[in-house]
Amino acid sequence: MPAASSGLLLACPESFFGFQKDSRLPKAFGIAGMTTFRYLLAIAICFTASDAYAMHISEGILPFNWALLWSVIAIPFVAWGLYKLKKLSSVDLSFKPLVGLMAAVVFIISCMPIPVPTAGTCSHPCGTGMSGILLGPAISIVITAAALLIQALFLAHGGLTTWGADIVSMGVMGSFAGYLTFRGLRALKANLWIAGFMAGLFADWATYTATSVELASGIKGDSLFLPLFWKILIAFIPTQLPLGILEGAMTAGMVTLLYKKRPDLLVKMRVIKAAEATV
Amino acid sequence: MKFGVRSSEFRVKINNLLFLSVFLLITIHCSLFTAAFASEKWPGVDESVVEKYAKEYGREAREPFINTDQGDLLLFVFLLAGTIGGFAAGYFWKELTGKNCKNQEATKQQRRS
Repeated sequence: MPAASSGLLLACPESFFGFQKDSRLPKAFGIAGMTTFRYLLAIAICFTASDAYAMHISEGILPFNWALLWSVIAIPFVAWGLYKLKKLSSVDLSFKPLVGLMAAVVFIISCMPIPVPTAGTCSHPCGTGMSGILLGPAISIVITAAALLIQALFLAHGGLTTWGADIVSMGVMGSFAGYLTFRGLRALKANLWIAGFMAGLFADWATYTATSVELASGIKGDSLFLPLFWKILIAFIPTQLPLGILEGAMTAGMVTLLYKKRPDLLVKMRVIKAAEATV
Repeated sequence: MKFGVRSSEFRVKINNLLFLSVFLLITIHCSLFTAAFASEKWPGVDESVVEKYAKEYGREAREPFINTDQGDLLLFVFLLAGTIGGFAAGYFWKELTGKNCKNQEATKQQRRS
């Protein structure tokens, strides 16, 4: 992941920090110093490199019948997402860069190990809350499935047999939790930042809850499901509690940044109402 | 009036320097930790939770079909994937918000109306 942050930083530093290009950094460091500044930061980020660890269920962890079941559950959701993507593309192409951005963001975020000092472990946010809000759960599931496939094939991250299970936990649960939380809170007149934050938070926690269900049901054998489920879920808490908060902040930041930059797009994607865009 | 402008610029500079200092401190902190405890500490939750419980119940992770987890190869593929992903995100962000974006004008018009 450090490379991803460096890439984003070098390609587009203002979006990396959520700053406007014309404002603070150039004033503080001088426009000429900006290039040096961004390279220095990119180098600094590279030094934080660590091995990639995450929540994806690895190859071979789930028994064949359970892996098959989760794949069967994932298929209709992916098919629905592909249908929605095709339908939207035939009507309007202007949302294409947003799909590209979200696909890249979900891919980067879901293979970004973040150390959690309180737990002494590493894990990653998912980014599906953000994509669920901005693109809707259907398209979010498709981009998550694509990201998970690349990670399973080339990054030894997740697995092909557990691809369906990972799609269900991260794609389906994450996207729906984020989308429904955001819509629910917006219906209750919550502020955009608060709704985005809670959506990111619940998307993350829903993903790890679903992973606990998948893992407990797959490995329990003759043991009882519930005690094992709680055991796994509780083991995730020290790491995922702070990471969920981080994911909430990231989601809220992205939603509010897009609201400032492209309110028209958010109206088109039905994230906000037309009246809100003109305020 | 002039004093007000200068003090706000000064505040911006101080804020940015503070931001840079905090960022560098975090970076140095993380670098030291990752360098000192590379493989012994900071396990991922896949190792500390998923694989741990799976092993307890008789299931073990199998080698991936394309095993890039060999030596520094994994570092290379992550670096490559991260770079491509990062540049893609930057490119699409510019497409969405850049000056040449056709929809920018529509946004401005919408705001004006």
